[in-house]
Formats: sequence, structure tokens, C-alpha cells
Amino acid sequence: MGDLHGPARLLVADDNKVNRLLLQRSLELQGHSVACAANGRIALEMLGAGGFDLMLLDMEMPEMNGFQVLEHLAADRALRDLPVIVTSSLEGLDHVVRCIELGAEDYLPKPVNAVLLKARIGASLEKKRLRDQQKELVRRFATSEVAQDLQQSGFSLAGRRVHGSVMFCDIRNFTALVESQPPEETIELLNTFYTLMFDAISGNGGVVNQMIGDGLMAIFGAPLPLADHAGAAVRAALEMVELIDLLGVERAEAGRAPIRVGIGVATGEMVAGYTGTQQRATYTCIGDTVNLAARLEAHTKVALRAILVDAETCAALGDRIATERLGPVAFRGKALPVEVFAVPCGAPPAASG
Amino acid sequence: MAAPIIDAATFAELQASAGEDFVGELIDTFFEEAPTMLAELRRSAAAAEAEAFRRAAHSLKSNANTFGALALGALARELELGGLDSAKAADALARLDEEYRRAAAALAELRGG
Repeated sequence: MGDLHGPARLLVADDNKVNRLLLQRSLELQGHSVACAANGRIALEMLGAGGFDLMLLDMEMPEMNGFQVLEHLAADRALRDLPVIVTSSLEGLDHVVRCIELGAEDYLPKPVNAVLLKARIGASLEKKRLRDQQKELVRRFATSEVAQDLQQSGFSLAGRRVHGSVMFCDIRNFTALVESQPPEETIELLNTFYTLMFDAISGNGGVVNQMIGDGLMAIFGAPLPLADHAGAAVRAALEMVELIDLLGVERAEAGRAPIRVGIGVATGEMVAGYTGTQQRATYTCIGDTVNLAARLEAHTKVALRAILVDAETCAALGDRIATERLGPVAFRGKALPVEVFAVPCGAPPAASG
Repeated sequence: MAAPIIDAATFAELQASAGEDFVGELIDTFFEEAPTMLAELRRSAAAAEAEAFRRAAHSLKSNANTFGALALGALARELELGGLDSAKAADALARLDEEYRRAAAALAELRGG
């Protein structure tokens, strides 16, 4: 790891002086900077001051033992993600299991083999780097409240059933647009597009969880529950269309073609969670509701409407936002025709995409 | 045959990974710390403090194994697992002292050579 990402700052917590010195020596030979604590209480104090990338933790210590340290770390939001490698000569597999259950990243029996130590530390630091990266991505995609909630509930790969609204949105005629202008302008346009869309979505409590070329997927009602998620999604959609119209006015003044978006919103049950591996995961939702939202978005090209919603979204809106019933549509992959509603707004999207 | 006083392979590996000079200093530290652990074993046994007894035995086991002092490590492990009851066996602590003296003499020699 030292070779790949620069030296790390490590804390060694061990009450035994020989163990402490030897671990410190091995780690320093690997290029890391090392601080030592003689018991769990001191270790927690030092961790609280911040700046450590990883801790090597002994279990048998006076004052506060390793198990208690792991329990404290798990309950501490600022420290729960710190990788901990337990180094111990505790007797019995049940102790090892308990360490892992309490959140330890790995377990190395004493006497610690230097080669194994190097490999485990490298793997742990790499995992932490990916977790930090993922957290940073989520922060970028989510409002601060959502990011905070994610940090609190942790990165579990298990999904959970939620009731929410899903939105798909993309730019119409994007291919023609790309061909008609230099690539720099396309990138600039995409950046502007995403900035505007993110503002409208996160301003209404949604989370953009995927950017797909010239489109995006957003979730309302997960990871945090959101009261009136259907209303929030449709309000976001209306703002998005309005912002794109304003952008079109600006572009027209600069002699450029206007852009149009198509947006589909569906509401219902879905399974939300992180998908991927422990190393690389993305927050997403899956299920019929998600498929339906994607189909509705695609259907805006056929219906020549900017915003299409499903029956459940429409019902949740009540009288607050006007909708127009377009009648049942047979979607690919759906056994029965689906009632489709348009939300009237500014300009209709151009045909074909 | 019982475990060797000092396992040559373990000791050589320790020297290779941490450096000979450093291992010399580590042995000095062990010589400073081990008498305290042995004393703590007697004290806690006399005071019937099971937890302190187990922890001292654990610590001594851990250090002994680090240097390849496997016989000493094995005796300390018996005490760690057996707890205060194992200390009551007539010569348990005396055997441990004796094994420590043998291991310390062997380590001192290895340190010199």
C-alpha cells in the first residue's frame, strides 16, 4: 500500500511492550508512520484526535479491552469506518468470530507474520479508499441529509422494500445535437444540463443515483423516507422542464438549437439498496416501478409530452397538480395495458429521440 | 520430545523481517518485562484474581512465541487456559520460572552470536 497510495498513518494498540515495539518496527519498515497506545482507552482518545487510516488492535488489554474498543468504534459515526485489524493470540475461534461481528476488518494471530501483515494492511487500506470514494460519490449525488443518513445506516448490500417514486429523464434528439456541434460544446451542455437537473431534483428531496449518457435516474423516498414523494417527483419534473426551457432561450440567443427533455415518473413498491460488491457498490432501486418509469420516459417521444406519470403518481397528486389522462398503453414487458397520464407543462418534446 | 527452548526457524524469521539489531533490542525489552509478568502471575494467583492471572499468562505466552520460545509459550498457555486452578498445581509457577531462565539464557546467547 505504501508503494501505491503513499504511506498511511497507523495506530497500534497493545498493552504488551514487546508486541508494540515489534509491530511498530514491522509497519515502519513497510513505510508507514506509526503511533502506539498501551490500552484501549488511550487508543480511543488518540483516534478521537483524528488522522489515522487504520488501527491494529490487541484484544487483551487492561482498562479497556479490544472488544470494548470495537463496540465504541461501531457506535461512533466519525470512527465506525476506520479499518481495524485485530492482532491477538486469543484462544478459541469464537473470539475471532466475535471480533469480526463487532466490525473488525481482519484478524491476524500472533506472532504476526510480516508478509501477511503487509498484505492485510494493503487490502484494508484499499477497501477503505474505495469506501471513502463511494461515500464521496454519494455525497455528490445526494443532499447532505441523505448522505448523512447513508453514513449512519451504513453500506449494507442487503436491499429493503420501500415505497417511493422513480424518475427517468433524458435529452431528446441528443445524437443529432452531438453531431451538429463540437465535442467541447456537448460536454459543456451536458454539464449545464446535469447541474440544472441536480438542482431541481435535490431541491425537491430526490437523489440522482445514475447518470446514463444524456439521461439520469432519480429516486424520491429512498434512502430516506420522503413525505409526498410522488408530489416531490412531479414538482421536480416541472422545474426541470422550466429550467430546460430557460436554457433553450439562452441557447437561441447564442444561435443554438433548443434542447428538450422527456421525463417519466412512476410510484410504488421497490427494492432499494446498494448493489455491487463490498468494494464497489452503487445505490439503486429495482422492481416493476422502476421499469415502468423507464417505459414512461421512453413513451414521451410517442405521446409528444414532456412529463408522463403512472396512475399511482397521478392519484397521489390529487387536485394539487393538473394531469391529463392519455388512456391505456401497452408497454413491452407488461402483461396488461397501463394507464398513462401527462402533466401539462411548457413546451412538448420534439418527436423521435 | 517437548518443544524446543528456542525454535530456530521462528527466531531466524524474526531476525530477517525485523533486523538483527532490532531483535537484540527487543530481547532486552523482553528481559525487562518478563520478570514483571512472572511476578504478576504469582501476585494474582495469591490474590485469586483470575482475570489478571489469565492476562499475565496470555502476555507471556504471546512474547515467548514471538521469539520462538515454544516450551515457555506452551507452559504459559497451559496457565492461561487453566486459570487459577492450574497455578495451584504444586510446581506450576516454579516450572514456568525455570523454563523462563532457560529461554532467557538461550536468547542471550543468540543475541550475542
